[in-house]
Amino acid sequence: MVAASTLKTFSVTLRVWRQAGPAATGAFVDYPAKDISPDMSFLEMLDVVNDELTAQGIEPIAFAHDCREGICGTCSCTINGKPHGPGKGVATCQTYMRSFSDGDTIVVEPFRARAFPVVKDLVVNRAAFDKIQQSGGFITARAGSAPDANALPIPKGDADLAMDAAQCIGCGACVAACKNASAMLFVSAKVGHLGLLPQGQAERDRRVLAMVNTMDTLGFGSCTNQYECSAACPKLISHDFIARMNRDYLTASLRSAFKVAPANTGGGAA
Amino acid sequence: MATLDSKIPSGPLAEKWRKHKTEIKLVNPANKRKYEVIVVGAGLAGSSAASSLADLGYKVKCFVFHDSPRRAHSIAAQGGINAAKNYQNDGDSVHRLFYDTLKGGDYRAREANVHRLAEVSVNIIDQCVAQGVPFAREYGGLLANRSFGGAQVSRTFYARGQTGQQLLLGAYSALSRMVGAGAVDLHTNSEMLDLVVVGGQAKGVIIRNLVTGEITRHSADAVILATGGYGNVFNLSTYARGSNTTAIWRAYKRGACMANPCYTQIHPTCIPVSGEYQSKLTLMSESLRNDGRIWAPKKAGDTRAPAAIPESERDYYLERLYPSFGNLAPRDIASRAAKRICDEGRGVGSTGLGVYLDFGDAINRLGEPAVRERYGNLFDIYHEITAESAYKAPMRIYPAVHYTMGGLWVDYNLMSNIPGLFVLGEANFSDHGANRLGASALMQGLADGYFVIPYTIGDYLAGQKPGSRPAADAPEFQQAEADVRGQTTRFLATKGNQPVSHFHKKLGKIMWDRCGMARTKAGLEAALQEIPALREEFNASVNVPGSADTLNQSLEKAGRVADFLDLGELMCRDALTREESCGGHFREEHQFPDGECKRDDEKFGHVAAWEYQGEGKTPVRNTEALNYEFTKMSLRNYK
Repeated sequence: MVAASTLKTFSVTLRVWRQAGPAATGAFVDYPAKDISPDMSFLEMLDVVNDELTAQGIEPIAFAHDCREGICGTCSCTINGKPHGPGKGVATCQTYMRSFSDGDTIVVEPFRARAFPVVKDLVVNRAAFDKIQQSGGFITARAGSAPDANALPIPKGDADLAMDAAQCIGCGACVAACKNASAMLFVSAKVGHLGLLPQGQAERDRRVLAMVNTMDTLGFGSCTNQYECSAACPKLISHDFIARMNRDYLTASLRSAFKVAPANTGGGAA
Repeated sequence: MATLDSKIPSGPLAEKWRKHKTEIKLVNPANKRKYEVIVVGAGLAGSSAASSLADLGYKVKCFVFHDSPRRAHSIAAQGGINAAKNYQNDGDSVHRLFYDTLKGGDYRAREANVHRLAEVSVNIIDQCVAQGVPFAREYGGLLANRSFGGAQVSRTFYARGQTGQQLLLGAYSALSRMVGAGAVDLHTNSEMLDLVVVGGQAKGVIIRNLVTGEITRHSADAVILATGGYGNVFNLSTYARGSNTTAIWRAYKRGACMANPCYTQIHPTCIPVSGEYQSKLTLMSESLRNDGRIWAPKKAGDTRAPAAIPESERDYYLERLYPSFGNLAPRDIASRAAKRICDEGRGVGSTGLGVYLDFGDAINRLGEPAVRERYGNLFDIYHEITAESAYKAPMRIYPAVHYTMGGLWVDYNLMSNIPGLFVLGEANFSDHGANRLGASALMQGLADGYFVIPYTIGDYLAGQKPGSRPAADAPEFQQAEADVRGQTTRFLATKGNQPVSHFHKKLGKIMWDRCGMARTKAGLEAALQEIPALREEFNASVNVPGSADTLNQSLEKAGRVADFLDLGELMCRDALTREESCGGHFREEHQFPDGECKRDDEKFGHVAAWEYQGEGKTPVRNTEALNYEFTKMSLRNYK
């Protein structure tokens, strides 16, 4: 099922961040990448380079990847200073070598942010994103307790806008692109998605307060409205969601400050 | 010989599940927290199971090899999820979904399982909407539907071309809620490397932390595997690069039977291979066949650009061969048709291994904006990979490995033949027979996790004394850990001259050539020589650099490819023994003159469940008869 590509191959130099472990000191190391086909994906090029390094007795470059179709959010290289590389609206795995030219030196780094410590080489730890989700990024809906799906019509515009936000793949490019390493785009996408839907209203205030507070404690920076995040986002999620979240956060803060505390009697206690 | 009792409840088909739910044992709420359940995998099946069981009050530990549960490959499913809601008023019903799925599977699935799947399909949509899954909607605010292969109703729910992503994020949010509440103990970057069986029951797992290399033992009252399919045995597939068979294969080596491993789904519409370096084949969703028309030139060797080929010289072969289903013929049928066209020399593109999927008519009929709204993200993916615009010229597509219907054998309760070991989602074999219909994988994964296992696991746990699970330093755990450490040491000590990828590519080529879309006795027999030889070469000359106590991606791959080598051999053995054609399993010796599958219900109307006998020994082939009480096993006809 394999046939030779008819396109001309070329060669580049990779300047790759090598770091043996979280506590080790890292450095850039140059490796040649020869006979590269323009139809190769960036990660396929790394596969080829890694096989060559293995043959030479050099430990291959560790890089995160999985689905290789831009949806799982695992891949996370900063290429020539841009998270996910030169393309607009694509993840690292959807970056193709046709974006580069013969003789180029390509600088490859991990996503850099204090909240994303380097694990090894190009791999970073993004567990902070999971922690934010765990603090409130959900609608409580126990299996078996849901009403009929069409019982609650949702205006198409709201559903579409929620979907725009829900497309976030959790890769962290927004954080890596931000000079403050802010996670506002990531958090606002989840807050926006769930807050736009009628099902999400019951926990709306609690959600935004909890997620923002968790984000702040995990070492992400603040937003100073430069929107590098949405420019680097592989799903082109709009920074409008940040404004929406700020409004939600303010409203929720005010409401929680002035809310009369409910009587703590329960009533269903058996 | 393993005993394979399917435990299908008695009674009328439509009553079985309801009746079973009222008859199986319950665990009292105060006792639930005394039971610990291990869930391996956090895709649709794993996340939904882990969150639902935790919500019930069980103590749950969830292991996932990804760095986050949200990365599991369910996320990549594009097209949609089936449910018998009949929101379109077009005549759908639970019975029709049941029948379509059973027929689509070429009558090689269990009636009772498939009926249950169709029944709970409606609850899945309710559950997902309640969680906030942003399904596509009509202007009136109600849910929208589209059509998928093998059905004549519109019952597929979708979220643009990212339905799997949205459903997984829904399940992930449910799981996150339980992790945040302390009800699920989540372990990421954690790969299961062995199953621990104590006293004949599954009681734990051995885990390697992929970042630190630490190996740990975990005991539990029951173990659930929801670790997905094994299509990467072909190396090139639409699977994620990390998808593997290791969890289910190690369970197989501990005594769990592997059912119908040769049933592989080859998806008809993927982007063709472009070169030797290729790591991944990208799917173009089946939903495209709602509006796209598949064709090839009538003349062999026609190298004209598609626009230069007049209508009269195009062969819309699916519409010609299967007029009533047309471009929405089931996947196995559409794939084989594409292969036949290319075998006749009518394939397109530089490799000759491709056919056209043409949106010209749809764009003329609906306008480009409407087509963009429906399929925009898929057209974008196509453009990124090929640098071609499908708005201007037809896509070139070719079949690729996409799903495995085979998997660990389970009974009606989703328990394997090892008591206490449950298997959910693609990792089991139960619902899709020999061919899965589009938009049914998401349905099955979530059905198993949200609506089946929460009931059926209680039936097993009620028979286990609370607190009776073995300690994690029992001899069986120590032995399993020693086995895992031994394998790791062996890989690192081999210091051969070929990277792991070399063997994976070679295995993939053998599997594709011999055990792919068309299989023959001679080819499979040859593969049964070639694979053991390749395994020997692998053992002697694999090069795994680095050490065991750090992130070592070569080491991870070595373990997975070693298991693929074993599994590939078993798949070929299964395909060789099954002397018939059914669904995705096509034996050239068994076909009708028009090239359709010729089943042999008398001899092969059964499930083949293979039982491991030890290293180098031929496994035993057990069978479970498929007794069709309510449906007639008939000839599949999509004409």
